Amino acid sequence: MSMPILALEKISKRFGAIVVAASIDLALDKGEALGIIGPNGAGKTTLFGIVSGTVAPDSGRVLYEGSDITRASPARRCAMGIGRSFQIPLPFTGMSVFENLVVASAFGARRREREAYQSCMDILERCGLAEKANRPAGSLTLLDRKRLELARALATDPAVLLLDEVAGGLTEYECQALVELIRALRRGGISIIWIEHVVHALVASIDRLLVLHNGAFIADGDPATVIRSPQVAEIYLGIEADA
Amino acid sequence: MDWINVIIQGVLVGGLYAMFAAGLSLIFGVMRLVNIAHGDLIVLAAYLALVITQTLGIGPLTALLIVVPAMALIGYLLQRILLNRTLGDDLLPPLLVTFGLSVIIQNGLLTVFTADSVKLQAGAIEVDTVRLAEGIYVGVLPLLQFAVAVAVIGGLQFVFYRTALGRAFRATADDPAVAQLMGLDNRHVFALAMALSLAVVAIAGVFLAVRANFDPSQGPARLIFGFEAVIVGGLGSLWGTLAGGLILGVAQAIGAHLNPGWQILAGHIAFLIVLAVRPQGLFPKVRM
Repeated sequence: MSMPILALEKISKRFGAIVVAASIDLALDKGEALGIIGPNGAGKTTLFGIVSGTVAPDSGRVLYEGSDITRASPARRCAMGIGRSFQIPLPFTGMSVFENLVVASAFGARRREREAYQSCMDILERCGLAEKANRPAGSLTLLDRKRLELARALATDPAVLLLDEVAGGLTEYECQALVELIRALRRGGISIIWIEHVVHALVASIDRLLVLHNGAFIADGDPATVIRSPQVAEIYLGIEADA
Repeated sequence: MDWINVIIQGVLVGGLYAMFAAGLSLIFGVMRLVNIAHGDLIVLAAYLALVITQTLGIGPLTALLIVVPAMALIGYLLQRILLNRTLGDDLLPPLLVTFGLSVIIQNGLLTVFTADSVKLQAGAIEVDTVRLAEGIYVGVLPLLQFAVAVAVIGGLQFVFYRTALGRAFRATADDPAVAQLMGLDNRHVFALAMALSLAVVAIAGVFLAVRANFDPSQGPARLIFGFEAVIVGGLGSLWGTLAGGLILGVAQAIGAHLNPGWQILAGHIAFLIVLAVRPQGLFPKVRM
């Protein structure tokens, strides 16, 4: 049996009285793509914070390729191969789109400047931003900012990619392009955890779907089965329009 | 002819003020830290140069080869060990800690070197002049100091906008939390920024010490000149900082020419006028 590339062991986290992670266990195999759904406030984004190192868990361990990284800095984790895109795009607004990627590539992937240029251009091409490479990132539309989030996370050359609601707001056509891109990334060997409300895009791209509710996984399995499970229907009742 | 000379002197001194200001503005831009000890660090660099020139018997300009890396190292360690701990959402802790640092440096220098004023001797170059035109002579040293100031500002501009280090500075200044997730260790980036700032401080300190007498109490005034140059030039713009330094230098030179007691006052008045008429500075950059 091969070791999971990323594992969470008994991770707990609370903010005051609110429990966002209640002894969570999670294992991501190499090359696997996991989807996570759950209502707002279920603790999805906090979970990404715990994996990428911006949120310290109250207890439990984070393992990357078998070694304990619970206390490693976010910068260190990025260099090890954990890439993250944010739900709310946070580009470096004072820099050009291209420079945003070069920073990520030079420091996140430890590439030399010159080597970084070509790979950054390739990534911009794949994410549909090539023509806007020299625009200031602050001048991008929301949609392009979301593309930049993904592109910048890719520029860090991740082995594990954490995607936080990258499909929200995309048209059907753009959504299809995103699904294609994510499939291509998987073929390239990247393991993925994807938090998403756009369920059909998610289901089309992943192997396994988990449902997070009140800081615990209440369902885990084949996407099509999980989506139809009674627990999911119950949780999502009333927020159907949002999904 | 007299006035042209006055203005040229002002411009040349202004280069020095721009160097005081550049280090200050760099630190504020990258980590939102207002370094109250900046002026005292300039004076510290001057004393360091004094000790080095006296013990090794070398000239002040040669001493730069030692003082610059030494101050950069001090800057790196200072940031890493002390100042990084003070950074956060609140601007006040770094302000208070660097204020404390200022007091410590001043009193430390006073204890070791006494309050007597001293000067670095640069030799023949100090009195050398070149003739620019009929009746207009400028000293080689002030001219060199000005050239170095322009080179320092140009160098910083290059580092900021053309190198990986500069991109690290700009990304971290933009959003330190996200920069971490792009593999940038904030603590290290901030320490490098402070090292670069104090490398500039070292150059400024040595020129200050060659130009005139100095003593341990001079730091706070250099800090004020630096602040004024930054604000006159506009926050976030390096070439603006150079312009700010020149304006301050020229205003002081004009004031001093009218009445020797008005030198400092004239600089402050020029600063107040800019602040009143154009509070964003002359060449403001969008946002840092």
